Amino acid sequence: MTISRMTTLTAVATILGAGAAMADCGIESGRVAILSNDFPALHAMAEGAAECASDSVTVTANQTTEHRDIQVAALTANPAEYTSAVVANSSIVPLMNEGLIRPLDDLIAQYAPDLPVTNRITIDGQVMAVAFMANAQHLFVRDDVLAQVGMERPTTYEEVLEVLAAVREAGIMEHPFAMNTASGWNLGEEFVNMYLGHGGQLFEPGSAAPSINNETGIATLEMLAALNDYANPDFLTFDSNATQALWESGELAVAYMWGSRGGGILDDENSTPEVTGNTALIGAPTVAGGDTPASTLWWDGFTIAANISDEDAAATFRALMHGLRPEVIAANNDAAVWLMPGFTPGAPAEGVVATANSGTRPYPMVPYVGLMHTALGNELAQFLQGEESAEQALADVEAAYIAAATEQGFLQ
Amino acid sequence: MPHRTFIWFILPSLAAMILFIALPIISVVVQSLHVEHEQVLVTVENCGPFGCTEETRVDRDATAALREEQPLGRFNGLGTYFNRAHLATAEIAEAWATTDSLGAFWDRVMNLPFYRALVFTLAYTFIVTPLVVILGLAIALGVNALPKMFRGVTIFFSLLPMIVTPLIGSLVLFWMIDAEGVIGATLQILFDDPDLSLKASPTLTWITLFIYGVWSSAPFAFIVYYAGLQTVPEETLEAAMIDGASRWERIRYVVIPHLAPLTVFIMLIQFMDNFRVFEPIVGFQAQASATSLSYIIYSDLRGDVQQFGSAAATSVLTIIGVAILLTPVLIRTWRDFNRKRA
Repeated sequence: MTISRMTTLTAVATILGAGAAMADCGIESGRVAILSNDFPALHAMAEGAAECASDSVTVTANQTTEHRDIQVAALTANPAEYTSAVVANSSIVPLMNEGLIRPLDDLIAQYAPDLPVTNRITIDGQVMAVAFMANAQHLFVRDDVLAQVGMERPTTYEEVLEVLAAVREAGIMEHPFAMNTASGWNLGEEFVNMYLGHGGQLFEPGSAAPSINNETGIATLEMLAALNDYANPDFLTFDSNATQALWESGELAVAYMWGSRGGGILDDENSTPEVTGNTALIGAPTVAGGDTPASTLWWDGFTIAANISDEDAAATFRALMHGLRPEVIAANNDAAVWLMPGFTPGAPAEGVVATANSGTRPYPMVPYVGLMHTALGNELAQFLQGEESAEQALADVEAAYIAAATEQGFLQ
Repeated sequence: MPHRTFIWFILPSLAAMILFIALPIISVVVQSLHVEHEQVLVTVENCGPFGCTEETRVDRDATAALREEQPLGRFNGLGTYFNRAHLATAEIAEAWATTDSLGAFWDRVMNLPFYRALVFTLAYTFIVTPLVVILGLAIALGVNALPKMFRGVTIFFSLLPMIVTPLIGSLVLFWMIDAEGVIGATLQILFDDPDLSLKASPTLTWITLFIYGVWSSAPFAFIVYYAGLQTVPEETLEAAMIDGASRWERIRYVVIPHLAPLTVFIMLIQFMDNFRVFEPIVGFQAQASATSLSYIIYSDLRGDVQQFGSAAATSVLTIIGVAILLTPVLIRTWRDFNRKRA
C-alpha cells in the first residue's frame, strides 16, 4: 500500500514538475484531476494536460486499470474527487445512469467550436463526452508463416481455421492461435464480438430481455471452441499481456488482439526483427458468411464531472484539450488510433482502421450490457473446457443474467 | 478483576469492534434484503465516431424520484438469498425432480455459481488445514532437532512463504507453472506430454491451489509449534526416555498432547483463513476452474455494474458458514474453560 501510494505521488509530482517548466495554456485558475485507465496514449494526454499547471491551477492524474471500479464512488462525492473521468463505450453508462457527468455543449461552444461532430458523443441531444481515440480487436498475422504454408491473409474465420490447420499440419507450430480468452471480462468480450459477427442481437429489441440462447449463440460458441483448439491449453488465462507476450516471442501465427497493442508489438522491444518485420495488422474477419466483421468498435473519451464548480469544469476541459492538441498527438502518433487532428495512421493503426471501415458495429451502450458481459465471462469457461454442452452454457448465461438483471431492477 | 474495571479495560476495543465490525455487518444484512429499484428505461439516439444508433438508457429523473421515496431500494426479503446466484432453491428442486441419477443431479448443482464456489471453498478448507497442521509440526520438530547454530537461518527460510505477500507469491508460482515456465515445462518433459497444463485442467488447478495454500500457511503453524516446543517439560521427556520410549513414542505420547491447545488454536485460525480463500484465485487466474465464496463477492462488486445486494447476500452466507465451521471448536474450548474453572 505504501509503495503504491509512493508511486502515485511520484507520478503526480513528476507530472506537476514537468508542467511547471512549460508555458501555461490560458487558464486563470482551477482544479484539474483526471481519473483514467493506464496505457501510453492516456499517459501522453495527462502529461500534455499537466503543462497547464501553474500557481493557481493544479493538475493531478490517477491512472489505473481499476478506474472503472472507483469512478462512480469518486464522482458521487460533492465536490467530486476527480474533475474528469476518461471512459469508454461501456464505462460511460454507469456515470450517465447516476447523472455524475455534465453536458459539454457550452464548453465546446466556448473553447473548442471546431471540434468535429464525430468526436462528440451525443446522447439524447447532449454532448456527454469527447472521444479522442478508437480501439477494436482485429487479426494479427505473420506473413512469413502464411508464405510457408502458401496461404493468403484470412478475411473470414473459416479461412483462419484453414490457415491454422495448415500451420499445424506443416509442423510449424502446435498452438498457432491465441485470443484474449481469460475467464471473466475478456472471454465475455470475445463472445460479444463473435456473436455480433454472426448477426446476433444480445437483447430483444427495446428491452432488457436476453436473446443469446439460440442457434446463433451455439454457432458462436462452436466457432470459439474450434479456434481455441489451436490455442495453447492455458488459453482460459490469456489476457492482453499474455497474448502480446506470446506474439512477441514468435509462438503464434494468427492472433485476435486489441489494436491498442499494435504499437507495443511492432516496436523493437521484447521481440525479434523476424517476428516484428513479418507481423501484419489486418481487419477483423467476418464469420458464417456475414458481412460485418466479428468485432466491436470502442472509443475512449473524456467526461467532466457534474459535482464540481463551473470554474473547475472549464479548467479541466481546456487542460484536456491542451493535452490532446495536434503536437501531442503527432508526438505520440503510434500510441493509439487517435480520432484527433494531427494523427497520421501508421502501421499500428492499420488493423483498427480496416475494421472500422468495413462496417463493424460499436459496442452496445445500453445500461444492462455490463450484466450480460459479466454473465458471459463467468459462465462460458466450462463449455470451452469441454465440461458442458453449448446449449447448457447458454442456458446458464441466460439464467445468471436474468438473476442479476432482476436484482438490478432491469427485469421484473 | 472487578466488573467495573473490566468494562473500562475493554471499552476501547469494544467500541472499535462495534464501529468497524458489528455496524458494517448489520449494514450488509440490511443491504442483502433489498434490491435496486425498477429502472425506468427510455430510448434515445446516441451519436459518436461510429455513427448514430437508437439505444436504451435509464431515465434518471424518474429513477431519482423512486430513490428519494425509498433510499434503500425495494425490499426483497430473503429473495436474493434464494435466487439462482445464491442458494438457488428453485433450480435445486427442479434438478431433483428432473434428473434420474445422483450423478446427474450433482452435475446440475455444480453448475450453479454459489455451490460451485462453496464446494471449492470447503474442499480447500478441509484439505489445506490438516496438511498445514501436519507439515507445520513436522518442520517445527525438524528445526528443533537442529544444532543451535543452524536454527536462525533455517527459521528465516522456513518463514519466507509467509513473509511473501500472498498475491506476489501466487503470481510468482503462476509464472513458474506456465506451460513456458520452469515448473510447467519440466513437468511436460517428465510426463512426455506437450499438452500437459496445470492451468488448463480444473483438477490440476485445484491441486495447484491446495499446494499453494499449504506452502503459504505452513510457516504460521510451524512458528506457533516451534514456540510451543520450547515449553515441553524436559523431565517428562527424560522420564519417557528412561522408560525406553523411542523418539516417535516420545513425540506421540508427550509432545503432541502437550501441544494440543496450540493445535486447536492453529485449526481455528486456519479454518477461518482458508474459508475466506481469495488471493490465490486472483493470482493464479483460476476463476475458470475454481471460484470461492470470497471470489464471487469480489466478482459481484467489479465491473461496470456493481451488484451490492447480491454481494451482501453472499457475504452473510459466508459469515454463517464460518460460524457453522467454528461451532465445534468453540464448544470444545468452552467446555475446557468451564472444566478448568470448576
